[in-house]
Amino acid sequence: MLPCGPSASSGEVICETPNNKLDKFSGTLYWKENKYLLSNQNMLLRGCVLRNTEWCFGLVIFAGPDTKLMQNSGRTKFKRTSIDRLMNTLVLWIFGFLVCMGVILAFGNAIWEYKVGARFQMYLPWDTAVDSAAFSGFLSFWSYIIILNTVVPISLYVSVEVIRLGHSYFINWDKKMYCAKRRTPAEARTTTLNEELGQVEYIFSDKTGTLTQNIMVFSKCSVHGRSYGDVQDMLGHKAELGERPEPVDFSFNPLADPRFRFWDAGLLAAVQLGNPHVHEFFRLLSLCHTVMSEEKNEGELYYKAQSPDEGALVTAARNFGFVFRARTPKTITVHELGHAITYQLLAILDFNNVRKRMSVIVRNPEGKIRLYCKGADTILLERLHPANLELASITTDHLNEYAGEGLRTLVLAYKDLEEGYYGDWAERLRRASLAPDAREDRLARLYDEVEHDMMLLGATAIEDKLQQGVPETIAILTLANIKIWVLTGDKPETAVNIGYSCKMLTDDMTEVFVVTGHTVLEVREELRKAREKMMDGSRSMGNGFSCQEKLCSSKLPSVLEAIAGEYALVINGHSLAHALEADMELEFLETACACKAVICCRVTPLQKAQVVELVKKYKKAVTLAIGDGANDVSMIKTAHIGVGISGLEGIQAVLAADYSFSQFKFLQRLLLVHGRWSYLRMCKFLCYFFYKNFAFTMVHFWFGFFCGFSAQTVYDQYFITLYNIVYTSLPVLAMGVFDQDVPEQRSMEYPKLYEPGQLNLLFNKREFFICIAQGIYTSVLMFFIPYGVFADATRGDGAQLADYQSFAVTVATSLVIVVSVQIGLDTGFWTAINHFFIWGSLAVYFAILFAMHSNGLFQMFPNQFRFVGNAQNTLAQPIVWLTIALTTVVCIMPVVAFRFLKLDLKPELSDTVRYTQLVRKKQKTQHRCMRRVGRAGSRRSGYAFSHQEGFGELIMSGKNMRLSSLALSSFTTRSSTSWIETLRKKKGGDSSNASSPSGGADKTLKV
Amino acid sequence: MTSKSREDAQHPPSRCPDNSAFKQQKLSAWQPELTPASVLSGFILIGVFCLTMGVCLILSARSVKEVQINYSDKCLNCSKLRENSSNWNTECLCSADFKLEEKIQGDVFMYYGLQNFYQNHRRYVMSRSNAQLLGRNTDIRNSNCAPFSTYRNGTPMAPCGAIANSMFNDTISLFYYTNLSTAIQVPLLKTGNSWWTDKYVKFHNPTSHNLTSAFAGTARPPYWQKPAYLLDEENERNNGYINDDFIIWMRVSAFHTFRNLHRRLSRTKQFADGLPAGNYTFRIFYNFPVSRFKGKKYLILSTVVWCGGSSLFLGIAYMVSGAVVMLAGFIITAIHLKLKKRKTYFQR
Repeated sequence: MLPCGPSASSGEVICETPNNKLDKFSGTLYWKENKYLLSNQNMLLRGCVLRNTEWCFGLVIFAGPDTKLMQNSGRTKFKRTSIDRLMNTLVLWIFGFLVCMGVILAFGNAIWEYKVGARFQMYLPWDTAVDSAAFSGFLSFWSYIIILNTVVPISLYVSVEVIRLGHSYFINWDKKMYCAKRRTPAEARTTTLNEELGQVEYIFSDKTGTLTQNIMVFSKCSVHGRSYGDVQDMLGHKAELGERPEPVDFSFNPLADPRFRFWDAGLLAAVQLGNPHVHEFFRLLSLCHTVMSEEKNEGELYYKAQSPDEGALVTAARNFGFVFRARTPKTITVHELGHAITYQLLAILDFNNVRKRMSVIVRNPEGKIRLYCKGADTILLERLHPANLELASITTDHLNEYAGEGLRTLVLAYKDLEEGYYGDWAERLRRASLAPDAREDRLARLYDEVEHDMMLLGATAIEDKLQQGVPETIAILTLANIKIWVLTGDKPETAVNIGYSCKMLTDDMTEVFVVTGHTVLEVREELRKAREKMMDGSRSMGNGFSCQEKLCSSKLPSVLEAIAGEYALVINGHSLAHALEADMELEFLETACACKAVICCRVTPLQKAQVVELVKKYKKAVTLAIGDGANDVSMIKTAHIGVGISGLEGIQAVLAADYSFSQFKFLQRLLLVHGRWSYLRMCKFLCYFFYKNFAFTMVHFWFGFFCGFSAQTVYDQYFITLYNIVYTSLPVLAMGVFDQDVPEQRSMEYPKLYEPGQLNLLFNKREFFICIAQGIYTSVLMFFIPYGVFADATRGDGAQLADYQSFAVTVATSLVIVVSVQIGLDTGFWTAINHFFIWGSLAVYFAILFAMHSNGLFQMFPNQFRFVGNAQNTLAQPIVWLTIALTTVVCIMPVVAFRFLKLDLKPELSDTVRYTQLVRKKQKTQHRCMRRVGRAGSRRSGYAFSHQEGFGELIMSGKNMRLSSLALSSFTTRSSTSWIETLRKKKGGDSSNASSPSGGADKTLKV
Repeated sequence: MTSKSREDAQHPPSRCPDNSAFKQQKLSAWQPELTPASVLSGFILIGVFCLTMGVCLILSARSVKEVQINYSDKCLNCSKLRENSSNWNTECLCSADFKLEEKIQGDVFMYYGLQNFYQNHRRYVMSRSNAQLLGRNTDIRNSNCAPFSTYRNGTPMAPCGAIANSMFNDTISLFYYTNLSTAIQVPLLKTGNSWWTDKYVKFHNPTSHNLTSAFAGTARPPYWQKPAYLLDEENERNNGYINDDFIIWMRVSAFHTFRNLHRRLSRTKQFADGLPAGNYTFRIFYNFPVSRFKGKKYLILSTVVWCGGSSLFLGIAYMVSGAVVMLAGFIITAIHLKLKKRKTYFQR
C-alpha cells in the first residue's frame, strides 16, 4: 500500500518489477474503487524535467537502484588493465619456472647426495631425518623454492600500485587540465588504470554536454543575396578571430534579449534603414516557428522552444526588432520595431523528417495571406519560383560558406497566397484532416502543393556551440590512430552535423553510410552494401579478398588497412538493436571498424554499453567511454576506462567514472600526455623489475651446481632481504614515476607517438622474454666471472680470498652496481630525485654493507652477523674491484650496443623526436598549430535538429504542450499556468479531456 | 574577461593545482642520449682499458712462481691407510720431493689445496657457533653445530660443528737439501696468515687464568687428535680458537676446490731472498683423509703479486672482453656509417 495523492485516502499501484526497458511500463492504479491502467505514458523517468506546469502530484514508483535509468546502468565491473592481466599471467609463468628450477635442483641434489654426499658423510653427515638421497632431494626442492622465490616479484605489485598512485596524483595536479571556469581540476578517481590510458584505441563519446554545449547561436545570415554576420573591424574588413570588436548594441530595443550577441552592425543598420527584405526575413523568423513565449513581467520575455535551434532564430528576430510576443491558437502577436501587430494564424504546415521544412500561413492586419516557409536548403531551393534563380545561386554560395564553417543552415522563403486559392486549399485541408484513412498522405500532398513557387528570402546559419577545443582534440586523437565513436540519444541529423563540425566527418570522406533499417533484413542488407562498397574501393586498389572468409575468423582482421578511402557509418537506434543481435554483431563490428568514424544515434544507455561491450569482446582493444550524464553511466562502467565530464548534468557520470574533468579537450592531454607517459613508465618499470629479479635470483641457481645443490645462498641473508626493498627499489620507482621520453608538448605535436601503446609494443610477452633473457645473461656472468677469479685466488698479501663470504660480497656488490648502471641506462629523464635515488641507493648499499660487517654488530649478535670484517677485507682488494668492473662491462656493453644499434638503424618515432629536439635545441621549433581549413563543404541543413513532428498541430489545436510522449517532457516548452487557463477557457470542456492522457501527475490532480 | 581575471586574482580558486615544477612534471632533468660519438668513443675507451688491464694482469700473473704438488697421489699408501677410519690412530709419514730449477725470490707462501671438498655446502657452512668461537659461554645445543655439538654424555665439543670437526690436520714441514745428504728445515711462519679481523675480532678464547682451564668441561671434536688448547703449545697467542690454522679453516671456501694459506716463508739466513734453487722435500704427517670422497690434496708454494696468485683467468677474461668490446666498437662504427637511418623528424 502506498500513500498517494493530496488527500489522506489511499490507493494501490500494482506494477511490473523493476526492469531496464525505457519504453515499456505496465501497471494498475486502484484508487477509490476505480481502476486506472498505467502505461509508459504515465511514467516520468528519473532525470526528466517536467515543464509547463508549476506543480504537480506524482507517485514514486521506483526509487534509487530500482529506477529504469539505474537498471540501465549495468553492473559495476572490477576494472583491471591489460598490463595487470599480462602481469598475472607472467607471474604464473615465473612461478612455473621457479618450480622447474626447484625440480632440476632437487634432482641434482638427489644425484649429488647419492654420488658425492654419501661419501662425504664423514665430514658432513646427513640430518637425522634424512635417510636417503631421494628424500634429501625432496627437502632440497622446498629449500630452493624458498631461496629462489625472489624470482617471483612479490614487491612488484606494491611498486606498481605506488607508481600508479604517483601517476594519478600527476593527473590530479595537472594545471593544464584544470577548468578555471568551473573550478574543477581533473581527478583520477581510480588509481589502477593509468597505463591503460596510453593504449586506448576506441573512444566512445556522448554528444550533448560532452562534445557540444547544447547551446545554439544565431551566427550568420544571408538576406537577399547579402551575407551578414562576419566579424568586421572598423574598416569593414573581415577581422581575425580573437580581435573582436564590441558586439552590436541592441539598446534601442527594450525587449531585446541581453544575452544575444551579434557582431555585424550592418544587419541592424539594414533593419533600421527599413530594408524590406531584411524586414520580411525577420518577420518570417518571428512568425514561422512553434516557440512558446512567456512573459513573467512586462517586457521580460522567455522563449520556450522545443529545439534550441528554433529558440536561437526567434531570439535573433526578437533582438533585431521583430519580437514574437505571444501566441494563441489562432493568432501570433509580434512587436515589429515597436508596433504590436497581430497576425492571424491560418495554418501550420508542420515539420517532419521527410518534408524537412515547416511553414505557417498567416493573414496580416492588411488582410493579405502569406505563407512563410523555412527548411532544409536541398528541399527548399527546388521549390523556389524560377524568378529566384540568380538570388538562389548567390545564396547557395553563402550556404556553402556557412556549411564550411560547420554551421547549420536553413533557407527561408515566402509566398503570397490569393484569398480564393487559400479558401479552396483550406477547405481541402479541412476535409483531408477529417479523412478516415491515409490522412497523413493527403495532408502531405496538400502541403506539397501549396509550398511551391516560393520567393527566396535568405538563409540562416546557426552554430551548435561545441565545447572548447573539440575539433582540435578530435583531430589530434584521430591522428593518434584512436577511433572515435559518437553514441548519442540525438537524432541522426543532429549527430551527423556535429560530426561534421567537430571534424569527425569530413567531405574528404569517400562515403558516409547511413543505416536506418527497421528490420533485421534491412539492416543486414544495408551493412552488406556498405561493406561491398568499401571492398570495391579496396579491390580497385588491387587488393581483393574474400569478405566472407574474413567474417568467419573469430579474430577480426584489421580490414582497415585493406580499405582504400575513408568511410563513416551512421546508424540509428532501432537498426543498432538489430545489428547488436548475436548473429549480426560481427558484421556490424567489421563494417563499423572499417570506418573512420562511427555515429550511433537514438541509442539507449544500455545500447551504448552494448556497443562498447561488442568492441571490447571482439577487437581486444582498449576502449574509453566519455560522457557527462546519467545515460552514459552504463557505457562508462562497461568500457575499460570511463571518463566523466563534470558538467551541468549532475554527477552520476563522474561517480561512475574512473577519471573526471570538465572539458572534453582535456581528453587529449589525459591520453597523449598522461596516458602515454604512464604506459611508457610502467613498461620500462616492469621490464627492469623482471630483469633485476632474474639477475639477482638466478645466481643461486648456478651456484647450486657448485655447492652440491644444497640450497646454499650466494649472498648474505641480509642482502637478500634488502635487495628488493632498499638497494634497488627506489631508483626504479623514481623512473616509474618521473620518466619522460619526449616533452609533453611533443606528444601533442606528434600524435603518432601514441601508437606503441595501442600496439602494445613496449611490454608484451616478447619484451618480457627479452628482459628475462637479459636477467639470466647477467646472472650467468655475475656468477661465472667471480667463479673464475675466485677458484684459486689469493689476496695481494698472500692470505686467502677464495672464501665464501668474499665471494658473496663480490657478487652482491657487482650485482648492485650492474643493476644500478642498468637503471641509469633505462632512466631517460634524470631529475634531481632520480639522481638522489640512484646515487643514494649505491651509497646506502655500501653504508649498510659496512655496517653489517662491522665489529659492533658482530659483538652483539655473533651468530647473526657472520660476515664481520668482510667488507673492509674484500673490498680492499684490487682484484675484487677488477672483477666487479669486468662483470659490469660485460653485462652492460651488449645492452648499450643493442640499444644504440636499434636507435641508429630502427629508431622509434619517440627516438627521432628526441633526436630532433637534440639537434634543434638552439633553433626555435616551429609551432605547428591546427589550422582551421576553410572548407567548401557539402551543405547540411540544420532544420530543427531536435525537433519533433506534431507541434504545429498542437499549437493549432490549442492543446498546449500536454504531450503524451515521454521523450518530450524534457523538450517541451514551459508555459505559464495562466496561459493554460486561457486555453482552458477557450476550449471549454474539451481541454479537460485533452489533458487527461498527459501523465500520472495530471491524473492525480484530477482524482 | 579582464574583470573576471581580476576577480580570480582576488579569490584564487582553492582547487587549482599548484604551479610547481614537481606537480606539473616540469622538473629540470638531464636527458642522456646514446649519441654515436659517445657510444663509439665509449666502446673504444672501454676496449682499450680492458686490453690494457688484461695485459697487466697476465704479465703480473706470469711473474708469479708457483710449485704445486699433489701429495694425495704421491702418498698413496697413506691415502689408502686413511680410507679406513679404524686406522685413525696409526701414524703415517710421507714425503714428497720436488726440485726447484731456479730460485723463488721474495715472499713465498705455502698453501694446502683441497679438491672436491664441499666446504660450501649449506649444512656445512651453517655448522658452527660464532658465539662459542668468540669465547662466550653459550649453549651450543641451540646452535647449528649438530651433530657435532655434544657427545652422548652431554659434554659439549669445543669447537663445535662440522667445519671445526673436519679441520685440516696434516702436519707439513719443508726441508731443503743443501747437499745430497743434509737437509735443513725451511723456517716457516705459522702466524700472521689469517685476516686481522678474524684473528682479533671474530675469534677469542674463553677467558680464564689459563687456556686449559678455559676449555675445561668441554671435549675436542671427534676427529681431532688433540684438544683446541693444544693446537699450538709454543705460542699462547696462536692457541685455542685463535690458532691461525684453525681460523683459516673456519673461513669456509666458496667452492669445493680451494687453497688455504698454511705457512709463510720466514726469510732468514739462506732463505732471506726466498727459496734458493735445489732439491726440497715435504715431510707430511698424513692425517686428513680425502680419498674416501675422491678428494685430492695439494701443497703449493707460490709468490704473490698485487693481483694475487698465478691465476690467469682474470687477465684472459679482460683480454677477451677488451678485444670483443673493441671489435664491437668497430663493427658498430661500420654499421653506423653504412646504414644509419637516424634522422631528424623533418628530414624524412
